Amino acid sequence: MHADPKGVLTGIHFIDGDHAACEGAIAAGCRFVAGYPITPSTEVVERFAARIPLVGGMFIQMEDEIASSIAIQGAAWAGKKVMTVTSGPGLSLMMEHIGLAAITEVPCVFVDVQRGGPSTGLPTLPAQADMMQVKWGSHGDYEPIALSPNSPQECFDLMIKAFNLAESYRVPVFFMMDEVVGHMTERVVIPEASEIDVVERKWTAKKPGEYRPYETDGSMVPEMVKAGDGYRIHITGLTHDDRGYPAMNPQAQDKLVKRLVNKIRDNRDKLVDVRADGVEGADVVVVSFGITSRVAAAAVEAARRKGVKVGHLRLIISWPFPAKVIRDLALTAKAFVVPELNMGQMVLEVERAVAGKAAVISVPHAGGTVHEPSTILEKIMEAAQ
Amino acid sequence: MTETEVCDVELENPVMPYLRQERLPHIWCPGCGIGTTVNCFTRALTDSGMDLDKVAIVSGIGCTGRVAGYMNLDSFHTTHGRAIPFATGLKLANPDLKVVVYSGDGDLSAIGGNHLVHAARRNMDLMIVCVNNFTYGMTGGQVAPTTPLGATQTTMPYGNFENPFNLPFLADACGAVYVARWTVYHVKQLAKAMLEGLRKKGFVFIEAMAPCPTLYSRRNRLGDGVDQLKYYKEKSKVVNGADTKDVGLTFQGEITVGKFVDRDRPTWLDAMNEHYTQHFGEKYVPYGVSHGQD
Repeated sequence: MHADPKGVLTGIHFIDGDHAACEGAIAAGCRFVAGYPITPSTEVVERFAARIPLVGGMFIQMEDEIASSIAIQGAAWAGKKVMTVTSGPGLSLMMEHIGLAAITEVPCVFVDVQRGGPSTGLPTLPAQADMMQVKWGSHGDYEPIALSPNSPQECFDLMIKAFNLAESYRVPVFFMMDEVVGHMTERVVIPEASEIDVVERKWTAKKPGEYRPYETDGSMVPEMVKAGDGYRIHITGLTHDDRGYPAMNPQAQDKLVKRLVNKIRDNRDKLVDVRADGVEGADVVVVSFGITSRVAAAAVEAARRKGVKVGHLRLIISWPFPAKVIRDLALTAKAFVVPELNMGQMVLEVERAVAGKAAVISVPHAGGTVHEPSTILEKIMEAAQ
Repeated sequence: MTETEVCDVELENPVMPYLRQERLPHIWCPGCGIGTTVNCFTRALTDSGMDLDKVAIVSGIGCTGRVAGYMNLDSFHTTHGRAIPFATGLKLANPDLKVVVYSGDGDLSAIGGNHLVHAARRNMDLMIVCVNNFTYGMTGGQVAPTTPLGATQTTMPYGNFENPFNLPFLADACGAVYVARWTVYHVKQLAKAMLEGLRKKGFVFIEAMAPCPTLYSRRNRLGDGVDQLKYYKEKSKVVNGADTKDVGLTFQGEITVGKFVDRDRPTWLDAMNEHYTQHFGEKYVPYGVSHGQD
């Protein structure tokens, strides 16, 4: 179905990534946001708070990120598309409810405008150091989805995709911005509502009495209902059976946890979203994501001018990691160069996929600013030898 | 009455239709007071005449946190301490629902304390039933923010030296519009308070004192559940309208029960709608008024 025109600011705008992300969420149908102020993400909720009263939705500033990350889940069970927005320290506080969203299968979007850490770190300066935290941060096994926009335009476009994926798979989806992407102002084109495809929640057609909250068909994604519609559902963070009732035994755990991870793992190939630039037959492949991909693109161009056969693979969906794409490239490439604004996180995934078939060169950066293109260029040249 | 006549009487417990009977037996210990509060709650639901499809119950974690799982309502068993913010989202996203938060003293006032005070401050339209058994039952009897001075708990093995919360005073100070305390000895009064709470608009806080014979009573050599009920009976004094600052509890001391606060102020949602209507004029469609059609 198409976006509700009431929420779509069709036109050409000159706005930053935080504002564009907010517009993307509204266009995607998000009508409930709970949040807590934290630099450099706050502009997202500020804009939502200003915009939403006349769109017919709700913003509430909660007392902390713990409350924000569960208030949205209450709202999701009342039928809303929901989002919360934060940065590192707030994301750390939200971990418990990422697990709750995973086990109760609540469609929701967590925006993380990454800043330098650990702890309070660098509130106003960029990093990409939460990549492993969103993959592994909450206890137990689950598979999240994460997207890595690199421009205000992508903050709009990919946010719609983030909401659609949250609804399709009923998982928490992470929108992994960073301070630079959040605060850079660029041209953003917002299309007509009729050109924006939005995925509706997977509502059940079953009647109360027939419906079981966690019964699934082949898709492994159960159908949803909302509170107040007479289904008298029970939803718990405990391991549960198809009825949603607590079932604390190894068999129930096996069935539930396998489905939670397999609904993503079995769809990994469908979930691949990369931008490949000249990777076929390249000797060196640069793997990047988010803001670093823009710096890496400059380094790749410079290396090409020096005659190096270098390709650039940019991760749009960073989780699940596109291991198969990397594995296939490792059959021909000599080396992979992985620049990122952290001390080496996604490079571990690249190494795992490459499995020794090519060299993998990490280009870490502690954050606070972006790489110098020359730093990445140097590594490309080193890799090409 | 002959035996035959007895059999003609409807024998089903009136509470049963409110329970997910397939989930019984429940996990609560003999002598535990939580079940009694549930009984009172079902009476309040009956007397309220509410459409039960429009009543949702939200619990946190702990023994009382299991109440949601037994009620045949839309029911949510959330995370430890976070029932109130979950309920806040549920209520605001569908204002047609009556949302009841049913949880324990540790869940609501320790780990969830911040949410309790802010939901009361905002006058979020929620009814809170706080079953106070003075201990962490499910984890084995550790000290709670409600444990009276001098009571022994596993993490206060030589007696509690930490000052406890006076929960009605806390709720009152933060802005709750209805505050009451009863014990599970006072079943009529507790059920009536719950009924009033269901009908009240705004943040309602009902403290229900309940025995935990397995952990609190045993460790303090207070006998079984019946002994605690006797204590409630003997030492309770009904003072409706009591100043909440005077209703703090002491170890096996006097218990002030009653309805302490009953006042009106705009809920968060009403305040928002009124404010935006003033600010935006007719461009603003009051939130929640047309809910159910979108």
